[in-house]
Amino acid sequence: MMTSDALIFGLTLGKILLIAVPLIIAVAMYVWWERKVIGWMHVRMGPNKVGPWGLLQAFADVTKLLIKEVIIPTNANRFLYFTAPLLSVIPALAVWAIVPFDNGVVLSNANAGVLFLLAMTSLGVYGIILAGWASNSRYALLGAMRSAAQMISYEVCMGMALVCVLVLAGSLNFTAIVNAQAGTKGLFDWFWLPLLPMFFVYYISGVAETNRLPFDVAEGESEIVAGFHVEYSGSAFALFFLAEYANMILLSFLAPILFMGGWLSPFQGWHLGWLSDPGWWWLGLKVFIFATSLLWLRATFPRYRYDQIMRLGWKVFIPISIAWIFVAGILRYFGIVTIGH
Amino acid sequence: MKRTIEYLKSLLLIELAAGLWLTLKYLFKPKYTMRFPMEKIPRSVRFRGLHALRRYANGEERCIACKLCEAVCPALAITIDSAPRASDGTRRTTRYDIDLFKCIYCGFCEEACPVDSIVLTDILEYHFERRGENIYTKPQLLAVGDRFEKEIAANRAQDAAYR
Repeated sequence: MMTSDALIFGLTLGKILLIAVPLIIAVAMYVWWERKVIGWMHVRMGPNKVGPWGLLQAFADVTKLLIKEVIIPTNANRFLYFTAPLLSVIPALAVWAIVPFDNGVVLSNANAGVLFLLAMTSLGVYGIILAGWASNSRYALLGAMRSAAQMISYEVCMGMALVCVLVLAGSLNFTAIVNAQAGTKGLFDWFWLPLLPMFFVYYISGVAETNRLPFDVAEGESEIVAGFHVEYSGSAFALFFLAEYANMILLSFLAPILFMGGWLSPFQGWHLGWLSDPGWWWLGLKVFIFATSLLWLRATFPRYRYDQIMRLGWKVFIPISIAWIFVAGILRYFGIVTIGH
Repeated sequence: MKRTIEYLKSLLLIELAAGLWLTLKYLFKPKYTMRFPMEKIPRSVRFRGLHALRRYANGEERCIACKLCEAVCPALAITIDSAPRASDGTRRTTRYDIDLFKCIYCGFCEEACPVDSIVLTDILEYHFERRGENIYTKPQLLAVGDRFEKEIAANRAQDAAYR
């Protein structure tokens, strides 16, 4: 049936737009919120001139970026130079297909959602490596090398942390993972409690994955100027920027979904009326808290030294993760942690 | 034992939590920012800003071309030419230039002046758009004095007891 195919295609396209457009607006607002929060923590006011409370500042910045010239370095590999920003932004947007916003509100309720997530987040590093290599600049190359080593090391811990969640939830599907955290003991039914070290490992690895402070050696403004995207300007730079912030928001979505009960109420089963009901607003609140905590980290910590990042990844996080997979297995096998209702 | 405590401290991220607590406290502190064009920091009556030449209440300029300010100026920013005035033959300046780039705003000229003619006002927001505008001439200085005479007189009166 041609017509029904076209209908499904149109519907899916509409859903994609319904996710992608608010995401891009959220990125703009997140940039504004970042500058505000960091300003407040510096006892400044942050942007307050463009629009009420500076709300339109991010849009002014985006407009400025988009009408700027894209400069191509003379000896850059033109094809790869323009492929790199696309390679980093496409996975950052594609991964939103499997992120659930409420029970059943998801573009693709894939059974192997976690695998898709791992695949897409690993693809992001190629954009960064290519950008550093294709722009034919020493600083960019150094940034790309650092970023490659860092992201690959932390992907391992991240994967291990996900394995712990999978062991407890018994599913690779995000909706099933959240529903496995339902119960009658409120927030103590969520996975953060049995997997407390893993929660921190996942969150810190996520910060490292997104190249955010204190793990931003790939950018390292004070040492290698801006790292992998030093030669990029205008809309090409805007794509890297979009990818980085979309990944940060993704991390702020995944940490609550995997460990903090997603859209489940922290008072579930306590019979507090609407406060105990699950709903997208709980997920929104959790995402807001996690997103703000990323900015909080940025305002607080200086950059990690490179060898310390490697030490933390390989000598602290990976042993803890491997040990905790066994702990999770024991918790699940002996039924110490109850799953679902 | 000490090493164990150190290890636990770093494993449990205690110092990091202390840092986060500090920035959280600063998040809610009142902000220091002064939104400059809308808000201004109060200035002392002794503030030494843009120069002005004053007049007496009857409109006669105070300056008698004694050139004490020119002599005392450590930056050689003041240039004065003088001649008897055509109308009544009194000694007056024909030229009174201050190079605002040379001036170091020390206030010696104001202290040296026997008739309180040259003064430093509390104006600090002024700018030049073309080369040469940094040299303020006699009419310009008198105009500044005319425009802000009230403020200048008020500031001088307030500070008079300490001079």
